[in-house]
Amino acid sequence: MLAMRHISKVFRTELIETHALRDFSLDVASGEFVAVTGPSGSGKTTFLNVAGLLETFDTGRYELDGVDVNGLSDDTRSRLRNEKIGFIFQSFNLIPDLDIFDNVDVPLRYRRMKAAERKERITSALDIVGLGSRAHHMPSQLSGGQQQRVAIARAIAGDPKFLLADEPTGNLDSLMARQVMDLLEQINEMGTTIVLVTHDPELARRAHRNVQVIDGQVSDYKPYEPREPQVMASAAMA
Amino acid sequence: MFGYYVKLALRSLRRNPGISALMVMAIALGIAVCVMTLTVYHGMSSNPIWWKNDRLYAITLDSWDAEEPANEERPELPPPQLTYRDAEAVTSTAIAARSVRMMRTGGVLSSAEAASDVLPERALLRVTTAGFFGMFDVPFAHGGGWQAAADTGPEPVIVLSKAMNEHFFAGANSVGRTLRWNDREFRVVGVLEDWHPSPKFYDLNNGSFDDPEDAYVPFGWLPALELDSVGNTNCWKPEQRESYLDFLNSECVWVQAWVELPDAATRVRMQEYLDGYVNEQRSSGRFARPDNNRLTPVDQWLADNDVVRNDNRMLVAMAFAFLSVCLINTVGLLLAKFLGGATITGIRRALGASRRQIFLQLLTEAGMLAAVGATAGLVLASLGLLGLRAMYATGSSGFRTVMYIDVWSVAMAVALAVVSALAAGLYPAWRVGRLAPAVYLKS
Repeated sequence: MLAMRHISKVFRTELIETHALRDFSLDVASGEFVAVTGPSGSGKTTFLNVAGLLETFDTGRYELDGVDVNGLSDDTRSRLRNEKIGFIFQSFNLIPDLDIFDNVDVPLRYRRMKAAERKERITSALDIVGLGSRAHHMPSQLSGGQQQRVAIARAIAGDPKFLLADEPTGNLDSLMARQVMDLLEQINEMGTTIVLVTHDPELARRAHRNVQVIDGQVSDYKPYEPREPQVMASAAMA
Repeated sequence: MFGYYVKLALRSLRRNPGISALMVMAIALGIAVCVMTLTVYHGMSSNPIWWKNDRLYAITLDSWDAEEPANEERPELPPPQLTYRDAEAVTSTAIAARSVRMMRTGGVLSSAEAASDVLPERALLRVTTAGFFGMFDVPFAHGGGWQAAADTGPEPVIVLSKAMNEHFFAGANSVGRTLRWNDREFRVVGVLEDWHPSPKFYDLNNGSFDDPEDAYVPFGWLPALELDSVGNTNCWKPEQRESYLDFLNSECVWVQAWVELPDAATRVRMQEYLDGYVNEQRSSGRFARPDNNRLTPVDQWLADNDVVRNDNRMLVAMAFAFLSVCLINTVGLLLAKFLGGATITGIRRALGASRRQIFLQLLTEAGMLAAVGATAGLVLASLGLLGLRAMYATGSSGFRTVMYIDVWSVAMAVALAVVSALAAGLYPAWRVGRLAPAVYLKS
């Protein structure tokens, strides 16, 4: 699903160079749930941005679902991002003046889907996260946990192969965090690959495997070992 | 996607109603000022009889002083009018399909047939030959012009403007009724429709945008009544002018002459006729200056006579400068607004919007601002022109006739709106589209 080889990314200002990623290599197989951990400034977010095609890299090779992304035009990268990747952010990043329905609609609009298909997908995604009845509420009318579930609905509405979650529970209390993690596990069980960036070791333990990033490199690589299905079957929603 | 962009733009404009209103106002003011000045400029510079531009020609001959040109600022031009005898000579040939010689005079019109409360009226009259009405496509409400024989008679016939017919006969068909011009009775043979050629191309001597005359009488009345010109009379030669006949035979220029020439061959023949006439006159000591015998089409005639002055052009340039200032302010406001929404743009980019799509979305918003601004600008321009028309409502100036919003003005507003949208929206939309989305997603 995701194959990065010897990726480097350097941020340059007039005074300093910061090597955010150096010789960064990582493989994520289809259907995996990988947690990326590491201290602040270690390069986790840069990895996530490169993986999500939000930033380019300087050297190395990155294949997303078999497509070499190096040198692709912005249009092609945007289309790939739209079709293959779903984002979940720490601060939810819902658009405040769109209601829940329209927020989930955003990635589908850029895919130029017909209205009927969009509506079906939005309804289905909101049902999965348990917010079908809140479609026409505004984000400000929802709790933090509900907002994050809307963000998850938005991420999965386009049926991406790959979810990138950046500290998705960072702004939530422990109960809501657990619900969100349950939901992510449920989505992973449906076949979606998930890469979760987190500081929280407890959350990281719920992933199939952990990858530790230190100083822009993967320092603690653990090979992928599929877990028994019954271990993951705990995706009940509140 | 365009429908989606429009929906997003409306939502965005509602999100910051104050800034949106400010931008609309800036664009509206800029467009209003431009549309007003351009409308007036267009009206002033347009040819009111464009469909005959290749047929109508003003005749000018350079009978002026050998030592100095008639116009120091434009020495290449002959005097804009002719002497009486030259006008007689060049409009008497049968080469032209129609020929007209004319001048403007004044007097008092009154009518014994009018209602008792209708007072006599001071009026301007055009003393002209019969071809005037057909040559300049003058529209008639009742009756028509007079026959050529009436010029030589001269016959006491008169054609009234619509306004003068309203005044004396309450707008009724007055053909056959009588009207007194000073102390002489004239029979009404025609009443004009509303006719306001602007500029008043056929006689630009005393205000290019003056109203047309109140009444028209045969040219033969000029020598018969020894009429004075209420217009320009320019003389250069010290000569004896003790009698009216002396004046008619003088080198003073005060009569206008026009011909209608249907094709190029006729034009060549007419030019040869003018050259021949001037050569013939030279044998009697006239026309000491080099040959400058002109047949000038209406477009060129308007240009030669500086109908659109440089200060009008300057005004148009200033209006565009003002629009530029308004647009620069709008660029700043749009940039601030778009940058303020960079997080949302970042979210959209993360969810699959390309730079191009973000650019088009933001440009749509700028376009809608410009469209609303242009509409408001058109309304402001209409009000402004209404105010200007009110300022010129009295007096004989016809400036008010060019101060109307027409299809041309609307087209200009639309064009300005497109230019404004591009000018104000391109840079902010491009700039925001280039932002790295990742930076804003963490905020």
